Amino acid sequence: MNFDPRYSGRSFTSVGTRPIRPDGVDKVTGRARYGADFNMAGQLVGRILRSPHAHAIIRKIDTSKAEKLAGVKAVITAKDLPDLTDGDAAMYDILDNSMARTKALYDGHAVAAVAAIDARTARQALKLIEVDYEVLPHVTDVDEAMKHSAPLINDAIFTEGLEEKPVKPSNVTKRTQYGHGDVHQGFGEADFVVERSFKTEQTHQGYIEPHACVASVNPDGTADLWVCTQGHFVYRQHCAQLLGLEASKLRVTSSEIGGGFGGKTHVWAEPVALALSRKAGRPVKLVMTRDEVFRASGPTSATSIDVKIGAKKDGTITAAEATLRYSCGPYAGMWAEIGAMTAFACYKLENVKTVGYEVLVNRPKTAAYRAPSAPMAAFAVESAVDELAKEIGIDPVDFRIKNAAQEGTRASYGPVYGPIGIGPTLEAVKNHPHMKAPLGTNQGRGMACGFWFNFGGQTCTDLNIGMDGSVSLAVGTVDVGGSRASLSLVAAEELGIDYAHVKAIVADTSSLGYNDMTDGSRGTFSSSMATISAARNAIKILRERAAQMWDISVDDVAWEKGHAVAKGEKHGNLGKLSLKEIAAESGKTGGPIAGHSELVADGAGVSFATHICDIEVDPETGSTRVLRYTVVQDAGKAVHPTYVEGQYQGGAAQGIGWALNEEYIYGKDGRLQNPGFLDYRIPVCSDLPMIDTQILEIPNPNHPYGVRGVGETSIVPPLAAIANAVSNAVGVRMSHIPMSPPRILAALEAERERFSR
Amino acid sequence: MVEVTLWGSLGAAAGGQSKLDIEAKDIRELFRKLSEQYPAFEPLIDRGIAVAIDGTIYRDTWSKELPPGAEIFLLPRLAGG
Repeated sequence: MNFDPRYSGRSFTSVGTRPIRPDGVDKVTGRARYGADFNMAGQLVGRILRSPHAHAIIRKIDTSKAEKLAGVKAVITAKDLPDLTDGDAAMYDILDNSMARTKALYDGHAVAAVAAIDARTARQALKLIEVDYEVLPHVTDVDEAMKHSAPLINDAIFTEGLEEKPVKPSNVTKRTQYGHGDVHQGFGEADFVVERSFKTEQTHQGYIEPHACVASVNPDGTADLWVCTQGHFVYRQHCAQLLGLEASKLRVTSSEIGGGFGGKTHVWAEPVALALSRKAGRPVKLVMTRDEVFRASGPTSATSIDVKIGAKKDGTITAAEATLRYSCGPYAGMWAEIGAMTAFACYKLENVKTVGYEVLVNRPKTAAYRAPSAPMAAFAVESAVDELAKEIGIDPVDFRIKNAAQEGTRASYGPVYGPIGIGPTLEAVKNHPHMKAPLGTNQGRGMACGFWFNFGGQTCTDLNIGMDGSVSLAVGTVDVGGSRASLSLVAAEELGIDYAHVKAIVADTSSLGYNDMTDGSRGTFSSSMATISAARNAIKILRERAAQMWDISVDDVAWEKGHAVAKGEKHGNLGKLSLKEIAAESGKTGGPIAGHSELVADGAGVSFATHICDIEVDPETGSTRVLRYTVVQDAGKAVHPTYVEGQYQGGAAQGIGWALNEEYIYGKDGRLQNPGFLDYRIPVCSDLPMIDTQILEIPNPNHPYGVRGVGETSIVPPLAAIANAVSNAVGVRMSHIPMSPPRILAALEAERERFSR
Repeated sequence: MVEVTLWGSLGAAAGGQSKLDIEAKDIRELFRKLSEQYPAFEPLIDRGIAVAIDGTIYRDTWSKELPPGAEIFLLPRLAGG
């Protein structure tokens, strides 16, 4: 990488300010174009037939009647999406999930699709498709699926990671282990030991915009896809591989995105839309209904976690251990492994051991959800940490401060930390007015910590300077949280011009080099690094052009505050040339002025947060109300503080919904009972207090401005912070998420019975 | 020579070993030698392995140098949301 990413400690003019986002007006006036807003002449309507069974062999599919219906232009099954994955197991799973091959593996699994002239005809056609199923026993619960008696979802799966190679297939695809030291010895040194079991139910990211695309495959083998995605380059790779297209001949344009949070990081219905278009010879628009989004896109894991932590009387943790079981849907994943890596990452531990089990169930394919797997592990660990503090008789904040990881600590997942922010977030919480505010009857306060890795990745940007001196910035990371504004600030900062003169767009896959998707909190971290690099490349050219205009050596031209400045005594009377003046002459000094950058942004820097929650519980009904909520998180450097705060608030809001209400509920028949926002209740504005935020800025040494990712960590502490608050309010440890009114009432009732015995 | 620690599910690819000594100047050479000595690593490297050098995680910068005496950990490549 021909770019020095090290933190330089510079002062800022544009970065750190709060201009209005360039996409804001279009979004609030309805002009912004989301996935379903794109239309093509002659487009057909695509619809997918989905399995009503949780687990069934597909004996035969008869599409003949549907094909004969007037207005139907194409009907496809798995035969129209043959396996081109060439041994790539992860892509095969994505293919099979897009269109079932031999078995339907969950309620909602796609088995066939149609393209017709309108939605009514398409729906009629779906009813005419005859599928002969052999219904199989199913399992949807993560603990049940681990039992030897459980129905096998894939008899080719033998558990990886065991000391002895298993002789029988299993629903457990993999066992992983992390840690160091000797936990047995550590527990032997403990004066207090807390050992508890926890469960969390499956939740959906709850993005408001459903999966939507328009696919158009041309007779010459080229194709276009307009789609709502977190990564249009990744979608291009996936679709090209699954459809047998050349990647460069498939142009993918990303729409505005109404939320993704990890759920739009791989393809779902897009290969189906392309296959329908290929067969029909016309463009096909495919928009999932909300029912389909719940049943057939990727929610997070349901989990079952055991935690054991021991500490001395002085509050030093001597050992920590966790066993984490995460559901993966019907395809292998590494969700428990991530939980095992993150569970104790906040703490300085001599003896720690975590074991993860990846478990297949007859539910939709698990997808990433904002710091995937970390919130559930944090819920279990931070609940146990709180309880241990109580048993020792030490303040829970002080207990965490005493045991917090710091620079030089060996992380529970292996490496030794560099400069990190867990200690400062805890100190900030300890001193925050929120912690000292009085509480009323039936009210409780909880706090908890959280960790996430943050990623970088492949990134490419173009920066073009117009002849009027305005700047267009083309980036390849989809803007999910205000990154166009942030990246414009970065370009303005580096060039030394006003933010108002920079316009950032998300370019399509044919206009820019490959970009990894917007995941892992990488959008602003990675693309700001590439933008800085592109701007510096443009400045080189600006200096050369100024040198031409002055007829002096480029070595004598410096770039200061948006101007070329001639250096040296002999050039003392040359004054300055602004970017605008140099751009105006560009046609006569060598043509357009642009800066390009392609790089791998690595060294994203780990992230920590600590949250505080006040909650009121009605002991009669079990209903809860969040009274006050505070997020303290390290941002490295907040490029656009308003959007950093927005990320903090958004993560907390999603966490509040997850902790208190959201839950996939399956019937005994293995069918999802609540696939809609009426029965799957995400929090709305009236459910939430204003979420307070405090941004800490501990610079990331691996970014020129010190930026860290900020998008995900904010969802890690809420489950635990809220569980600790509820537990403190009602005096009973809550061990099952969500803490819906019936669960809180049941916990209170159980406690009453325990005392009455 | 750098000492490389294998974490999580990666140890199985090296026959159950958790630490390896490998002569490598950068991540590219480390991966090449790992594949030569332990063929089971090749598909894992193709899928993606993250390398933590003195605590900083690198996922794709194969040109990153491995300083003498640095702490090198190989970790599975993770998903993000």
